[in-house]
Amino acid sequence: MFHTKAYLRNQYECWGRVFRFEHGIEPVFWRDEAPKLESLPGPLLPYGMGRSYGDVCLNSGGVLLDTSYLNHFLTFDPQTGLLRCEAGVTLFEILDQFVPEGWFLPVTPGTKYVTVGGAIANDVHGKNHHVGGTFGCHVKRLELLRSSGERFLCSAEENAEMFRATIGGLGLTGLILWADIQLKKIEGPWIHMETEKFSNLDEFFGITEASDEAFELTAAWIDCATQTRGFQRGIVIRGNYGHEGAHKKSARAKGPRVAVPFDLPGFCMNRTVLRMFNAVYAGKQRKKRETGRVHYESFFYPLDILGNWNRLYGKKGFYQYQCMVTDDKKHSGCKALMKKVSDRRMDSFLAVLKKCGPIKSPGLLSFPREGIAVAMDFPNGGEKLLKFFKELDAIVQDYDGCVNLSKDARMPPESFKVFYPQWENFGKLKDPKFSSSFWRRVTGEAG
Amino acid sequence: MAAEIKRRKILVLGATSALGYEALKHFAKDGDQFFLVARNPKRLETVADDLKVRGAGKVETLQADFNDFDRHPKLIAQAVSALGGLTTVLIAHGLLPDQGACQKDYALTEEALRVNFLSEVSLLTIIANQFEEQKQGEIAVITSVAGDRGRASSYVYASAKAALDTFLSGLRNRLAKSNVQVLTIKPGLIETPMTANLERKPLIVKPTGVGRDIYKAILKKKEVLYTPWWWRIIMAVLVCIPEKIFKRTNL
Repeated sequence: MFHTKAYLRNQYECWGRVFRFEHGIEPVFWRDEAPKLESLPGPLLPYGMGRSYGDVCLNSGGVLLDTSYLNHFLTFDPQTGLLRCEAGVTLFEILDQFVPEGWFLPVTPGTKYVTVGGAIANDVHGKNHHVGGTFGCHVKRLELLRSSGERFLCSAEENAEMFRATIGGLGLTGLILWADIQLKKIEGPWIHMETEKFSNLDEFFGITEASDEAFELTAAWIDCATQTRGFQRGIVIRGNYGHEGAHKKSARAKGPRVAVPFDLPGFCMNRTVLRMFNAVYAGKQRKKRETGRVHYESFFYPLDILGNWNRLYGKKGFYQYQCMVTDDKKHSGCKALMKKVSDRRMDSFLAVLKKCGPIKSPGLLSFPREGIAVAMDFPNGGEKLLKFFKELDAIVQDYDGCVNLSKDARMPPESFKVFYPQWENFGKLKDPKFSSSFWRRVTGEAG
Repeated sequence: MAAEIKRRKILVLGATSALGYEALKHFAKDGDQFFLVARNPKRLETVADDLKVRGAGKVETLQADFNDFDRHPKLIAQAVSALGGLTTVLIAHGLLPDQGACQKDYALTEEALRVNFLSEVSLLTIIANQFEEQKQGEIAVITSVAGDRGRASSYVYASAKAALDTFLSGLRNRLAKSNVQVLTIKPGLIETPMTANLERKPLIVKPTGVGRDIYKAILKKKEVLYTPWWWRIIMAVLVCIPEKIFKRTNL
């Protein structure tokens, strides 16, 4: 039944597409009739939308448990906003259903095309981290199916260790069947957005500090390409949920407007294109500060408008490097990173800064902690790029930071063990039959 | 023009089928009412709970085996009394038989024909008469693009669907003057539990878009729906190939 090749060519891949692996596919159609995991050969790994950039969602030579059919809502309490849904439900479906009813995701990453299971397994965070923490902070309870056939109800009270390991557990603790998510009350689909330009990092930190109290949602876009010319320009984007209601129709989620139909030739994402893109983006905003009311779609998910945008990077794919460095008065960690980027003349298409807050996630392996998160996309540049990443790793290590596993496609095992010293503890809670290409890569464990 | 149906009262036969469910999601959002019939009670409960969260006005369920033909009249009567009438019927149950096994054993072929053709005919006979009398209604039945031409790899299944297509086209003709819509839904290859065991899966897609197509086709009072749309072109080409050549192909 499985080991049929992936249905559509390239269907089961990771978002950055620097890896292409063969997998056996085992769809999970009903949560009460999950396949007998014990009798499946090889290592197993749940697969949702494949939006992880690297190999945390891949399982070369093993079996992917396709969860896209676990897409049912179970219950919803309109008084409290507590939603119970299966793990394959996407954030798109939750928004589409519940924004018109006045509820929003407690935390959302930059795309709505991820499953609830994936959001838990990668313990995603978003623009409200400084006040809302990670996605895992809002998961009240979940059911986990282990390869032994046992089912565990996990929460902060019951099977608490397993619960903590599953949040941010990269799908390695078993198959999440359903979860209870606490949604957030909103009054309408609108966000009051305010954008403010900055021209150096100190200015960025100044604006961010002032914004974090007044705004629930903050993040910043930074133009790496100008750094080599001695300045850093960027825009802080911040917002609050608006109070106006809307027609049912405008509150609904929107699908991609256009999609990239095929892989662009690799040379399309070159330095000139990048500079032009960044110049246009920065030039769009003339005034120092602009305010306006926008739909949540364009505020949270600007890239979702363009389907398959990862194809812009061509066949060779791309890397995202996302790291976290602790912050001090001089913001030296973040500055050291940015300096390295400009010294090495490595241009990133999209670079995003986010100041993360002190709210701790229950997750054992979770990425976000208090400090500055930096995310940068780079077209696959081979050895030279990998060497550059190692240099960044060293800086991250100096500033007690870590690199995000859900974005990673290259981290050396030594770095993993330094960034996540709790990994051995996690290993004990991992399901013995579950594994991923990522896990084998960083731990050296046999498949 | 007859009055538009505002809140539908939908009887769904084979409510746990992947395609049926995907279509129902959209109706649930409109606040419609459902009477769901399927064989597996746990799956039925999963679908019912889901539709309630999505906004369904009312969801009733009934566990039944469609091969029990004697039960059909009662089953429909139960739906009518539970919802206080019916506006819409969606028939989504079906089975993809093992072609090789059917070739060796007529009993299996007969069973496949019963599930994929005769049970629908039995149900439609009762429903058609009711809708004809109430001079209103929507009947949507999922058949398959496979019915457009028999192929060595699936002709038992395909012939049942072809028979059903013809039955529906006649029914449509008869009920047109009674203001009853008859929609023939012809899905291509869709990734569902039914097709999980197939060897070759050219152009397979996930069922989400198919559900939306079905919903829209019912709203727009269409007659025949190919979904995804490109199957209309593929099948149009396929039926043009002369038998002399077609018989030598390996499709």
